[in-house]
Amino acid sequence: MLLIPCPWCGPRNETEFHYGGQAGVPYPEDPAALSDEQWARYLFVRANPKGPWSERWQHAAGCRRWFTIRRDTSTNEVLP
Amino acid sequence: MSYRHASAGLVDRGRVRRFVFDGVSYEGYAGDTLASALLANGIGYVSTSVTHGRPRGILTAGSEEPSALVRIRAPYVEPVRPATAVELVDGLVAEPIAGRGRLGDPDDARYDAVYAHCDLLVVGAGPAGLATAAEAVRAGERVILADEHPDLGGSALDLGSPADIADLIGDDLALVHGSAADLTEAASRGESVAGSGDTTLLTRTTVTGIYDGTYAVAVQRLTDHLPARGGGTRQRVWRIRAGRIALATGWHERPLAFEGNDLPGVMLASAAVRYLQRYGVLVGRRAVMVTTNDAGHAAAATLSAAGLAIETIVDTRDAYPRIEVFGETAVHGVAVGEARYDADAVLVAGGFSPALQLYAQAGGRLRYDEALGAMVPDGCARAVTYVSPLPPSSHVPVPQGGYVDLARDVTVADVRSAVGLGLRSVEHVKRYTTAGTGPDQGRTSALLVSAAVADALGAPTGAVGTTSARPPYAPVLFAALAGRDRGALLDPVRETALHDQHVALGAVFENVAQWRRARYYPHAGESMDDAVRRECRAARGSVAMMDASTLGKIEVVGPDAAEFLDRLYTNVISSLAVGAVRYGVMCGLDGMVLDDGTVARLASERFLVTTTTGNAARILDWMEEWLQTEWPSLRVWCTSVTEQWATVALVGPSASTVLATLWPSFASFGFMTWRSGVVAGLPARVCRISFSGELAYEINVAWSSAPALWAALLSLGVTPYGTETMHVLRAEKGYPIIGQDTDGTVTPFDLGLGWAVSKKKADFVGKRSLSRPDTARPDRKQLVGLLPVDVSLRLPEGSHLVSADGAPLGHVTSSYYSEALGRTFALALLTSGTQRIGAVVDATLLDGAGLRTVPATVVSPVLYDPDNLRRNGNPAAQPGGDAASTGEADFSPADAERNAAENRPAVATPPVDALAPWFARFEAVTARTDGRLRLAAFPLGGQLTVRAESTLAPNATAVDAGRTALWLGPNETLLIGDGPVTGDAVVDVSAARVAIAVAGPLARRLLAFGCALDLHPSTFPPGSCAQTTVARAQVIIWHPTDDDYRLLVRPSLARYLSDWLVDAADGLDS
Repeated sequence: MLLIPCPWCGPRNETEFHYGGQAGVPYPEDPAALSDEQWARYLFVRANPKGPWSERWQHAAGCRRWFTIRRDTSTNEVLP
Repeated sequence: MSYRHASAGLVDRGRVRRFVFDGVSYEGYAGDTLASALLANGIGYVSTSVTHGRPRGILTAGSEEPSALVRIRAPYVEPVRPATAVELVDGLVAEPIAGRGRLGDPDDARYDAVYAHCDLLVVGAGPAGLATAAEAVRAGERVILADEHPDLGGSALDLGSPADIADLIGDDLALVHGSAADLTEAASRGESVAGSGDTTLLTRTTVTGIYDGTYAVAVQRLTDHLPARGGGTRQRVWRIRAGRIALATGWHERPLAFEGNDLPGVMLASAAVRYLQRYGVLVGRRAVMVTTNDAGHAAAATLSAAGLAIETIVDTRDAYPRIEVFGETAVHGVAVGEARYDADAVLVAGGFSPALQLYAQAGGRLRYDEALGAMVPDGCARAVTYVSPLPPSSHVPVPQGGYVDLARDVTVADVRSAVGLGLRSVEHVKRYTTAGTGPDQGRTSALLVSAAVADALGAPTGAVGTTSARPPYAPVLFAALAGRDRGALLDPVRETALHDQHVALGAVFENVAQWRRARYYPHAGESMDDAVRRECRAARGSVAMMDASTLGKIEVVGPDAAEFLDRLYTNVISSLAVGAVRYGVMCGLDGMVLDDGTVARLASERFLVTTTTGNAARILDWMEEWLQTEWPSLRVWCTSVTEQWATVALVGPSASTVLATLWPSFASFGFMTWRSGVVAGLPARVCRISFSGELAYEINVAWSSAPALWAALLSLGVTPYGTETMHVLRAEKGYPIIGQDTDGTVTPFDLGLGWAVSKKKADFVGKRSLSRPDTARPDRKQLVGLLPVDVSLRLPEGSHLVSADGAPLGHVTSSYYSEALGRTFALALLTSGTQRIGAVVDATLLDGAGLRTVPATVVSPVLYDPDNLRRNGNPAAQPGGDAASTGEADFSPADAERNAAENRPAVATPPVDALAPWFARFEAVTARTDGRLRLAAFPLGGQLTVRAESTLAPNATAVDAGRTALWLGPNETLLIGDGPVTGDAVVDVSAARVAIAVAGPLARRLLAFGCALDLHPSTFPPGSCAQTTVARAQVIIWHPTDDDYRLLVRPSLARYLSDWLVDAADGLDS
């Protein structure tokens, strides 16, 4: 059971959150301008590193805010 | 023949305990374990091994026991437990386990769970654990000290003499006792509690796992030591958030591998000492000692002084001649090299393994220490330390033969065979031989296996290492993990405001997402089909009503609300006029249909969005995700009002007549518009929306007012209908249900909803995907209607559709009998479906006649009233129709009277307040605890959600002019009470939550059963609030003053939460 630091409500159990996947994947400025391949890459392709990475969470059972944390995927440690 | 020593031991010889083992009665003493009592009675043969069927005895004196496994039949039931960890109670009935053991005894005991928080968790209450705990107590820290034994003291108790024990641990023991919170029944009765209460002592408690960070789980056994079980909790799972964890887990002595080492009578030397010092039992008359270290010699001296004859001591450091133990079901003799000894016990001092299972679970590294002959801790990145002293050094001899793992019947020969087959890693040998996978998880055998692997590989033991330990450290009952979440509390069921009304009408319910919905309302003697056909006739022929309150409802408010909805919906929302309603479809980024529903424009900057029943939370999350992560510049706020508004759909050609009766100022208004009014004396918002094709209104009133509206409609003779009839009516019109007729691979075009996809908008979520080659191809699966050639055959939903040559073409998504068509029909997703209209496909069917295919004709999914004439009422009654037949004539006063009589509730309609049925049980809890726990419904008055930058600190509240403001988020405040309001967006949620007060000195303990937050005053002082979960219900906890908490919960979950609170209150006695 991860203890996830909600930037607003404080540290809470993982079960209060929804996972949002890799952080920093913005909606394209103009989707119509993308090739099918570029659009498919935006839709379906995400990084899956071993080690530190940034990911999004939403405090679903609390303030409903979305935020980004860094977590080491090999130890589950939430990094500062 | 008693093996009880004349004077030694800490057992209470004044208190005899009678028990039955394998059908025979025996006596022991208070303080015995089942194992010590059996040994005292000369019983060494306790179980039969799992695969080889060999007699097995008692190897150890602790829970690490691999072989003496028993089944407990009374006074509690447990399928497998080591006899060494069973406290002896009067009336205990146990039996040997032969082989694998079996389940079967029904277990009606109660189990529960509790959340706990501390600065320091100490595992093990021996001298090292007590010293560590005492130091933290002196520093003013919150400490939890857990030990699996009934008494604190650990290895100190092996000293045997109370004076010696007190000398070693007395001061620390007194300190931790003095600071302990008394968690016993005495405390719940209000008797005085010693100490500051910030230390928690958990005896009979096994820490079974360390999970992420320093989160630990422990299982406490509360009643197994009592002769008769009361109603209390048998086991409690502790979920502990610790700042840091100190492992004072000591070490386990391990056996040696030689021929016959599994016979009953072969025992660890330290266990023989413990049986003498704690239990006053000599484990035999004449023993041979085999030792690898000095501790074996000390044990021999202690036992010899107590009267156990030590025939010889083999010290493997000097020489390790071949040893073979003889006997059938007990030790009769031992060969040591050429010498032969008569003996009834073989004591083995094979070295010591620090108990590092929890350390390893926490990510701690282990290192083999050649000098100690043991794996030792080598650093842990988390705040987890091993604080026991390291064990005495031991020699690790080459295993000779016999068994390395008694629990799994793995021999030295098995390990050699595995290595010979090419398995080099100890992890692979474990999986191949199953060594270390028994209930003891190889606690005594792991290093023996490693030594055998090392010998077979010709490598040093240190290079082989040991296998990784994973949770749980000891077996945990599934029942304990289930805890309170059983039966009615297994999963929360959400009920609408009309639930009791449906019950009173004899409704049959079905679960839809978390909701319990009325499926149909059978009259006496009616089958489901009869009832559904009658309900369909009422809806299509006169007037009927359905509780549609479970629809998700979201208010979308703000200057950019219209722009926001344009971006989310496939169609244009911004052109909607105030007062109008539009059907809309949302897609995911992949272009697949995510949800559908209606959007009503309440004001220029305020919309009410409805979602499907199962998708309410998901769509709110979806909206928040886009607003917060992609479009933060949009000034829009979304608020769930699902339980602010109860919804009753009034359906049928006579709907206007009925509505006009209850709404004096009613004037007809257009399809897909809404009006405010007072219906049945209740403020209402009425939308002219139809999910049946008939003239229909959705009447929305405050959640708590729904019963009054329902009763008024019932009294006018309106026929109630359930979800089954709703499904038939909508399917006859070809209206898809998202999630039933779709599965995440279906685009709006596949559903025939292309008309709802804007071509003008530059973009909307999912638009780009709709032009991907795959989503644009013409041979996708499309929604069609199916008419089985056999008009009475109802195809099972899920039936596969196949071509003449057997190729898969799709499947049936919905299938019903249509009262309006007088035949069965179905909806299906069919490859190139729109091109196949008019063709016949085969549907697979598995029934009594076996697997076969049946023909069905592909048709348009709209099977009833394709020109939408009926949404304005009976076409025959409309201008140009037959003047003699009016819509009203379909529903004569006589019809109304008859319907009202037939649909009369079977029992009196219960009170309006959703909490009312629980008042009595709340009062019983309050009375039983003498007011130390007070449960009550708490009236909140008005509630408003205000969306503006909050002036409150996070999790804080403020009282102003008789009104309380609760911080819900950085730009969200809940105002409780009445008065003027300013803010960017205000939404009335007065009916969307109800409150339960949980008050009194026991309130915090009660909430800890279901709330993972640390409610200690140091972290959650009076004046705090928090949004979190209690049990499985999402709540706002508002803590106005000392010992006073209020749980604000959606009314649909109020009954579940009330039920849970009353159930949890029983746990306070344990």
